[in-house]
Amino acid sequence: MKQSVSITVNGVEHTQEVEPRLLLVHFLRDTLGLTGTNVGCDTSQCGSCTVLLDGAAVKSCTVLAAQADGSEVTTIEGLARNGTLHAVQEGFWEKHGLQCGFCTPGMIMTAVDLLNRNPHPTEEQIRHGLEGNICRCTGYQNIVKAIQYAAEKAG
Amino acid sequence: MAKYVGTSMKRREDPRFIQGKGGYVANISLPNMAYLAIKRSPYGHARIKKINTKKAAKLPGVIAVFTGQDLIDGGVGKLPCGWNVPNIKVPTRWPLTIDKVRHVGDGVACVVAESAYIAADAVDLIEVEYESLPAVTDAKQAAEKGAPVVHDEAPDNVSYTWGIGDKAAMEEAFKTADHIVQLDLVNQRLIPTAMEPRAAVAQWNAATEDMTLWTTSQNPSPIRLLLSAFTLGIPEHKLRVISPDVGGGFGSKIFHYPEEIITPWVARKINRPVKWVSTRTEASTTDSQGRDHVTHCRMALKNDGTITGIDVKTWSNQGAYISTFAPLIPTALYLTLLSGLYKVKGIWGEMVGTLTNTVPVDAYRGAGRPEASYLIERLVDIAARELKIDPIEIRRKNFIPKNEFPYQTPVAFVYDSGDYGALFDKVEQMANYKQLRADQAEARKKGKLIGVGVAGCIEASGPAPSAVAGSLGSAVGFWESAKLRVHPTGKVQVYTGSHAHGQGHETTFAQVVADELGVKPEDVEVVHGDTAQIPFGMGTYGSRSISVGGSAIVRASEKLRAKALKIAAHQLEAAEEDLVYDQETGKVYVKGSPNKAKAFGELAFAAYTAHNLPAGLEPGFEETHFYDPANFTFPNSAHIAQVEVDADTGEVKIQKYVAVDDVGKVINPLIVEGQIVGGIVQGVGQALTEHGAYDEHGQLLTATLMEYAVPHADMFPMIETGRIETASPHNPLGVKGAGEMGTIAATVTIANAVMDALAPLGVRHIEMPLTPEKVWKAMQGSK
Repeated sequence: MKQSVSITVNGVEHTQEVEPRLLLVHFLRDTLGLTGTNVGCDTSQCGSCTVLLDGAAVKSCTVLAAQADGSEVTTIEGLARNGTLHAVQEGFWEKHGLQCGFCTPGMIMTAVDLLNRNPHPTEEQIRHGLEGNICRCTGYQNIVKAIQYAAEKAG
Repeated sequence: MAKYVGTSMKRREDPRFIQGKGGYVANISLPNMAYLAIKRSPYGHARIKKINTKKAAKLPGVIAVFTGQDLIDGGVGKLPCGWNVPNIKVPTRWPLTIDKVRHVGDGVACVVAESAYIAADAVDLIEVEYESLPAVTDAKQAAEKGAPVVHDEAPDNVSYTWGIGDKAAMEEAFKTADHIVQLDLVNQRLIPTAMEPRAAVAQWNAATEDMTLWTTSQNPSPIRLLLSAFTLGIPEHKLRVISPDVGGGFGSKIFHYPEEIITPWVARKINRPVKWVSTRTEASTTDSQGRDHVTHCRMALKNDGTITGIDVKTWSNQGAYISTFAPLIPTALYLTLLSGLYKVKGIWGEMVGTLTNTVPVDAYRGAGRPEASYLIERLVDIAARELKIDPIEIRRKNFIPKNEFPYQTPVAFVYDSGDYGALFDKVEQMANYKQLRADQAEARKKGKLIGVGVAGCIEASGPAPSAVAGSLGSAVGFWESAKLRVHPTGKVQVYTGSHAHGQGHETTFAQVVADELGVKPEDVEVVHGDTAQIPFGMGTYGSRSISVGGSAIVRASEKLRAKALKIAAHQLEAAEEDLVYDQETGKVYVKGSPNKAKAFGELAFAAYTAHNLPAGLEPGFEETHFYDPANFTFPNSAHIAQVEVDADTGEVKIQKYVAVDDVGKVINPLIVEGQIVGGIVQGVGQALTEHGAYDEHGQLLTATLMEYAVPHADMFPMIETGRIETASPHNPLGVKGAGEMGTIAATVTIANAVMDALAPLGVRHIEMPLTPEKVWKAMQGSK
């Protein structure tokens, strides 16, 4: 019943035998031990599990590992380069864009995708872009400021 | 003197979270680990006729299946209640139920398997035969004659009743009133929805008979106590409970839950590490929920707007079982707050706590205080409209004057400090209130439904003086502990009984210690959440961490400074009273001779080498303090919101939100503002979108995030915050607590704004949440 998948995660290719029903998020968390990507709901509402799949933000609880065969995945663990934080990560730290930190990896990956598509979003575009991610702690305000910080830094 | 307290230090805990290195319970993986899943009731109320576990047990990869009776036979105990008001009936609650299911989500059996997927498959193979029973879900209907009985131990579904105030003075106020405002209201059921679902991992060491339990708790020490003394039976010295990084709690992770009994029980039974992780649907049907009051209330006034009486009767929905602290919430954290910001003599409040076929209700952010603020501030607002007085003016007329603190209310509390006039001066100025009213008048001429909402709220924070808590029904004390260990090199570890699950204690507490001892914050490490490391501590809720936990840290620091002075006096050959402990640098020097000094690190080292200590002084440099607060603290707030209601759709859009809060002294303004803004957004959720809704069969209609509408980013403008600071005299830091004020004030501020917008249509009150559908219907009804 198992099938082989090859998925490149944060630049490293992993070939594994998986159950066809295995979710990408469980492949990342349980098979590879990359627990930075969190699971906060069962219905693709909360966005805690957001990763980049071939460069685009997806909710990894709604993608099968088998569907990601041959793809490149970037998770929160792969965002900093050579010990330097990504501008979005820096923004979250500077602007107090997190409290409990649980939604944070998904928020950051969504923000990276948002800024890739629109490097200079308005506040309204940022808030709209976060529509698929739920934060229960911050009230979103400092997350918006963190993304504005990252956009400004990128120039 | 303060170098770090009062500054917006960036959070020290953030680097791990922004890089995906958070240490949540669900991330724990142990060799040979097995996975637990729970079979749960799909019914609100049903008798269990038969449980067949054979098919599940045969599924390859299943290790074992257990029913509630297996657990009882294996020695588990009933879940206790930790707050026993007089004559309370606490019906039996086993970790897994054996006779009836009493709410959707009630656990009946569990499976442990080689993988989480297999465990979930096996749960579906457990066959439970039910006899469906009529259900009751409404707090008030539960107490009516003929209502379905949830527990035979409480045939009238009433667990307890409680009342407080001066009934005669209240009755006199209503007899002599010029004007009476009556209001029936529902403070709806909420689902807390911390983003991290609960989880538990248990590891049994058969050789030493030690159990380690990792659990998503706001208070690991009390959980260990309950497990040892009541539910699991492993003694405290053989049981280590660890709450590592916890992804939000908002109250829902205070309580003792069945899964943190079942997981270690199974781990010991199969002698393997076991992990259980809640799904969101399980969270919605098992995590304790919030609010759920049905209330009749009224306010007596003079024609000039003076409030003379408040009379409240509430039915408080306790759910299917009495959760750990459930009876505290609608009694000593609700009816005791009925005085609000106002000087009123004739206050009386009474309540009935009823059992229903719903998920148990307990503390949820604000916990009783939002319910009190909601009814008081709705009544005042309606009174202002009916008496044609500006809503801020009527409030000002009734404020407790700033020179009357400490102020004894007729409902038990003694308020510590405040300046409500200054609070409203500031919010009026920041919001440009007069302009908002002028703009509203203009907009109304154009047919726009613009509303300006005002609320002024009080909170009792920092629970609690232990003797007072005991007299009100608490089974435990509400002090907090701190142990400060200074290492020989002068580096400091702080072991606190408080627990952070988003509040930033690793930063805030380090700021406090840095200023107390004169060290750098980076030389201070805050340790929390592990019962094997910390002294017994009561944990974090009720906005208590800084006022109670922080005060314990201050007192332990004072003990360290006293010891430092003794060592320095001996080594500098000076009298202690001639020495100065410089809290900016950590140096101890002789008055007038700053060069005759010992650095903090030198004193720490000397304490450990013990080569040259004063006679009789113990070596070592470590102090512990258990701090029992002198009183609650009383944060207060003035919030103003401007909303527009879409005349066609009933949709509410928040245009402006200004919040001024008095949370006493502030340690880290960045973190406090984050708490206030986050709290406001949660409070707005209750006003506009959130409702834990049950149908008449007890079916939860909002069990996933598809139906339970927590606020999203696009519902809000940038919220403006301001502060005034009146130091609390009740603790050495002058702090009051900042975790809940935003939530307490925001719900009624928004509700008042929407009713203000709809006032020209003659709409007086709409029950929350103020969804477009409800608002639209109210607008149609008024035509």
